[in-house]
Amino acid sequence: MISYILRRLAATVPVLFTVAVMVFLMLRLTPGDPAAIIAGDNATTQQILDIRTKLGLEQPILQQFFIWLGGLARGDLGESFFFRKTVFELISERIEPTLSLAFLTIVLAVAVAIPLGVLAAYKQGTWIDRIVMGFSVIGFSVPVFVIGYLLVYIFAIKLGWFPVQGYQRIGNGLGPWFRSLVLPACTLSVIYVALIARMTRTSVLEVLSEDYIRTARAKGQTEMKVLFQHALKNAAVPIVTVVGIGVALLIGGVVVTESVYSIPGLGRLTVDAVLARDFPVIQAIILAFSFVYVMINLLVDLSYTIFDPRIRY
Amino acid sequence: MSAPILDIRNLTVELPKGADRRNAVENVSFAVYPGEIVCVVGESGSGKSVSSHAVMGLLPKGQLKATEGEIMLEGEDVLQATSSRLRALRGTRMSMIFQEPMTALNPVVTCGEQIDEVLQIHTSLGASERKEKVLAVMESVRLPDPAKLFDAYPHQLSGGQRQRIMIAQALVLDPVLLIADEPTTALDVTTQAQILKLIAEMQERRGTGVLFITHDFGVVAEIAHRVVVMQRGRVVETGTAMEVLKNPQHPYTKMLINAVPTLTPPVREERTGELALETVKLCKVYGGGGFFQKKREVRAASDVEIRVRRGETLGIVGESGSGKSTVARCIARLIQPTSGGIVVSNIDIANLPERQLRPHRKHCQIVFQDPYRSLNPRRSVGASIIEGPMNFGMSEAAAIAKSRDLMNLVGLSPDALDRYPHQFSGGQRQRICIARALAMEPEILIADEAVSALDVSVQAQVLDLLDDVRKKFDLAVLFITHDLRVAAQICDRIAVMQNGVVVEHGKTAEIFAAPQHEYTRALFEAAPGRNFQFARVA
Repeated sequence: MISYILRRLAATVPVLFTVAVMVFLMLRLTPGDPAAIIAGDNATTQQILDIRTKLGLEQPILQQFFIWLGGLARGDLGESFFFRKTVFELISERIEPTLSLAFLTIVLAVAVAIPLGVLAAYKQGTWIDRIVMGFSVIGFSVPVFVIGYLLVYIFAIKLGWFPVQGYQRIGNGLGPWFRSLVLPACTLSVIYVALIARMTRTSVLEVLSEDYIRTARAKGQTEMKVLFQHALKNAAVPIVTVVGIGVALLIGGVVVTESVYSIPGLGRLTVDAVLARDFPVIQAIILAFSFVYVMINLLVDLSYTIFDPRIRY
Repeated sequence: MSAPILDIRNLTVELPKGADRRNAVENVSFAVYPGEIVCVVGESGSGKSVSSHAVMGLLPKGQLKATEGEIMLEGEDVLQATSSRLRALRGTRMSMIFQEPMTALNPVVTCGEQIDEVLQIHTSLGASERKEKVLAVMESVRLPDPAKLFDAYPHQLSGGQRQRIMIAQALVLDPVLLIADEPTTALDVTTQAQILKLIAEMQERRGTGVLFITHDFGVVAEIAHRVVVMQRGRVVETGTAMEVLKNPQHPYTKMLINAVPTLTPPVREERTGELALETVKLCKVYGGGGFFQKKREVRAASDVEIRVRRGETLGIVGESGSGKSTVARCIARLIQPTSGGIVVSNIDIANLPERQLRPHRKHCQIVFQDPYRSLNPRRSVGASIIEGPMNFGMSEAAAIAKSRDLMNLVGLSPDALDRYPHQFSGGQRQRICIARALAMEPEILIADEAVSALDVSVQAQVLDLLDDVRKKFDLAVLFITHDLRVAAQICDRIAVMQNGVVVEHGKTAEIFAAPQHEYTRALFEAAPGRNFQFARVA
């Protein structure tokens, strides 16, 4: 088990290296000059050239790459072209809102989706099942921003229960923090509720026809416990897999949601950095996201052993 | 006689609309008295399982419904019971064990917890008292080292141990009625003998009434006090075990008893055809582990040497894990043997690369155990039969003509070629599988437990068919089975395998008359109903 984890951790190094090369090349090969953007519309060619030299963009690409890689190896992510801060500072400022939003979203999604999925499986073919699955189709097909503006209109503007926009730091108290995140988390979780509920239903349905479910009933077990103790744990592996994929996709999903709700998180930072061609920031964020993906995958694989004792690494 | 524990009166259970008959069981009545074992015998579709599930209230909702009659459990009609009353009765007054202990136990919960669950549901005992009780019941079903097995998961146990866990779970609260639904069908013969003994012993010690569902008259002879014979949802005969086995009245009972193959092999002439297949020190080693893991090797077959002539049937007999199927798969080159040779028509095919192997594939065909799963459900049976010959260059028209002949040969109508596998019965599907194998004009036919999943009456017919095609096409047949009775009927020679090794081989008649190896003797010892001379009645 421990050797398995070590091997998996060691395997992240080549993955991250590949990502680093790809990101670096892709940014250098796409059109758009950060110096021109910094210099503004009225700058002369000489001014732009000066800025390019200052940013180190005049050096050969290979040299730029190794300077950056050398910095990475020392834990130095470099300095933003645009914000006049180190990339590390920028990311650590913006990470709290994003993590808060992602965490609340996934907790909400799991808490709603799993009971719904189990219920739909138990009531297969009835109107309850059809309503849950109908909701799931809608959840898949309605774009995030539509749901976002709809919720803002109803719960913030008309009813005034939650703030329209903005983010309250957790340091300012749990109440305001939570209130500021309710609508964004609901918005973002809709698609994951749809996804996870569907997966739960399918997986539980399959398990419900197993012999050991009949055995549990033959023991006199209540339907509630048959469903949530016997069926759900056996159905867990595919569900956890989907939740894991969900968390990974979520990080992409926050970009739109943070824009709709003006939350100063990593999603917003990514958009700003891309628009400004802020190479060091983009590189660092993408690298960080890839690292998170790899870790989530590892955690999902490890969680299998908790749910199914037959799986051993 | 005292009052019955279970009294089923005029039970009728309705099938959903569109089924092949209206009722799954119709007007069924029988009783179980304290301390007796009642065997309900019948083939698939006879309604024996439906009756027992109705007693437990476990009929699938919305599909099967008891429409008439009463099921009195100690004077209480369980058909009228509310669902919470029914739950209270399950596990305490009546409990059930099932056919396949691997799937009947929850794979992700420890064995101890699964027994403990019954106590948690029905008693208010504290954790330590419960554990004591669980360990005691595990001890009483003769599980070795209960303290260790308490924390084990089902997949870590053997099939027999799993069934013991099921029995412990069923008996922990001393129910008055135990329903056993084919509890030994999925087990090896030697394990089956132990479990039958255990059930009889527990029943005697605790005075439990047992409703024992089976299709096997060997098992009936071994364990039953009274017998209920069911056919197509109706009870056709009841009586004491002696009466029914020695003097069956109903034609269906007579047919079932006659269909039980005897352990006495018929006299067979010596086969002198040319050698069709020979293996030389055939070995297959599984596993190996990796760089970081411990090396775990399983020798599934070691130094297996068998020879089959044209026109001869060689039986490979053994229990699960003996390596008999591994040998068959190596010979058909579905898996690559680790070492050794497989000589077919003077060529060693053991290590031929796939490209050179292809011409040889048609010489050797397999019929598998489960005809439900070995035919592609989305293809018509005709398409399944012509696929092989067409792969080897036969024109479609010729392949179809051939498949029509073959359908006639295996006793099915050629017009059925357009139909799909689910439209046939189990026996018919196995006939189709045989036709599919014969379409390749093989020299060697491997039957891997080909009749094990079939009802006894159908079993006899398929065995006859196999013997007919052997004669007609002068085939070398490799017949893999766990069932000595079946082997006795069809095999010229037998090789007995245990743990990957052939421990004994020779002429069928000689092995049955005087088994040499102790394992072979143990297999004979365990064959259910071996001491019972079944009435042979016309």
